Amino acid sequence: MNVTIVDYNSGNISSVINSFKEVAKDKVNIEVTSDLNKIKSSDKIVLPGQGSFKSCVDALNSISGLVDTLSEFAINNKKPLLGICVGLQMFADIGYEETETKGLGWISGKVSKIDNQNGKYKLPHIGWNEINIVKDSKIFKDIESNSHMYFVHSYEFVPEDKNVISSTTDYSSNIVCSVEKENIFGTQFHPEKSDKIGLQIIENFMNL
Amino acid sequence: MLKNRIIPCLDVKNGRVVKGINFVDLKDAGDPVEQAKIYSDGGADEICFLDITASNENRDTIYDVVEKTSKKCFVPLTVGGGVRSIEDINKLLNCGADKVSINTAAVQNPEVVSESSKKFGSQCIVVAIDAKKNGDKWEIFTHGGRNNTGIEAIEFAKKMEDSGAGELLVTSMDRDGTQVGYDIDLMSKISSKVNIPVIASGGVGNLDHLVDGIKLGNASAVLAASIFHYGKHSVKEAKEYLDSKGIPVRI
Repeated sequence: MNVTIVDYNSGNISSVINSFKEVAKDKVNIEVTSDLNKIKSSDKIVLPGQGSFKSCVDALNSISGLVDTLSEFAINNKKPLLGICVGLQMFADIGYEETETKGLGWISGKVSKIDNQNGKYKLPHIGWNEINIVKDSKIFKDIESNSHMYFVHSYEFVPEDKNVISSTTDYSSNIVCSVEKENIFGTQFHPEKSDKIGLQIIENFMNL
Repeated sequence: MLKNRIIPCLDVKNGRVVKGINFVDLKDAGDPVEQAKIYSDGGADEICFLDITASNENRDTIYDVVEKTSKKCFVPLTVGGGVRSIEDINKLLNCGADKVSINTAAVQNPEVVSESSKKFGSQCIVVAIDAKKNGDKWEIFTHGGRNNTGIEAIEFAKKMEDSGAGELLVTSMDRDGTQVGYDIDLMSKISSKVNIPVIASGGVGNLDHLVDGIKLGNASAVLAASIFHYGKHSVKEAKEYLDSKGIPVRI
């Protein structure tokens, strides 16, 4: 099996690579590339994302044909794709970080700043928070509700269809921290930095 | 609920762990990769490496340490010490650091903070503030605590937030290595001034000091070195103690 981590200059992806390689051992081949043909022939795709919504969308768009290739993979061919952090946020129609920016539009909704309630809550939301699993998701196999995951973000994904939400976390309000829509998965937290329990999520994704 | 973080810090010199008293009197005490792994297995919420003499020495050894650690530890890794430029930050991130802490360069050239937070995201830019009390204010020190800049620390903290820092690592130079506790006054003043998380550092000698850092200093995270490093307390003990005092921690 080939799992491709999309390398589109979206910031630091070495931790994502290390964690997937740790879980994959010799059983799964991990590719790190933006090569369209390699992406097309992959079994699964990981879309990481760090920095701002705008910088990630711009970076995706700057590689000719990449967005179309990803859409074909995830939307037309319905093969498994996992977005992490801004990788998840980009599923939205629109994001408001820096400036209004069009997202991939795979899951209807918007990405807006977490309400810090006039400074009551520090932003970024950094650290370990519990996830409240609100629907069965294949990537949560053997993961209990209230498990701790590592977060670092100031913006949240607000999907229109609440049925895509698989878990939320409590910070100022109930923040969406993972989604599942058919073959499309996303986590706002960082499984690659969430210790053994995070590696379990990565393993679950690989085992889909 | 978001948990308060406990961050063991390993001072590293030439690829080996050391911890000084007030930044001198260094004592070799182990391999950083193995130490970091012990901490992460023991429940450390993050790991911090501080390349202590990096401002004036060859620092290539730290890249090797970071690379090896990031393949074994799957909790966030922050690396600081001698980070001068966008290129240094890029190199550390590529080696597997999740965050980079900037000290001297943030004072001398604040553009490094604004440029790097734009380029890599605020989430990976930590500004390390080394402050020492002078009369009724605190002043910023650089170069591992050797140079007094005379810059007032609390205003500087605000300026760093505005420049795009994702977190502030605040160390009291008066307390560092003394084991008499954090400078609570300094921590709480900075924490109430900024809207980004503050990590308290410098002076931890017992578990009550960690409690004070969070409860009185309003720190989001507490960093400590010697109490963990010399086996006085494990991270697990620290967390259980905080939990018993009603502080939310990840157990």
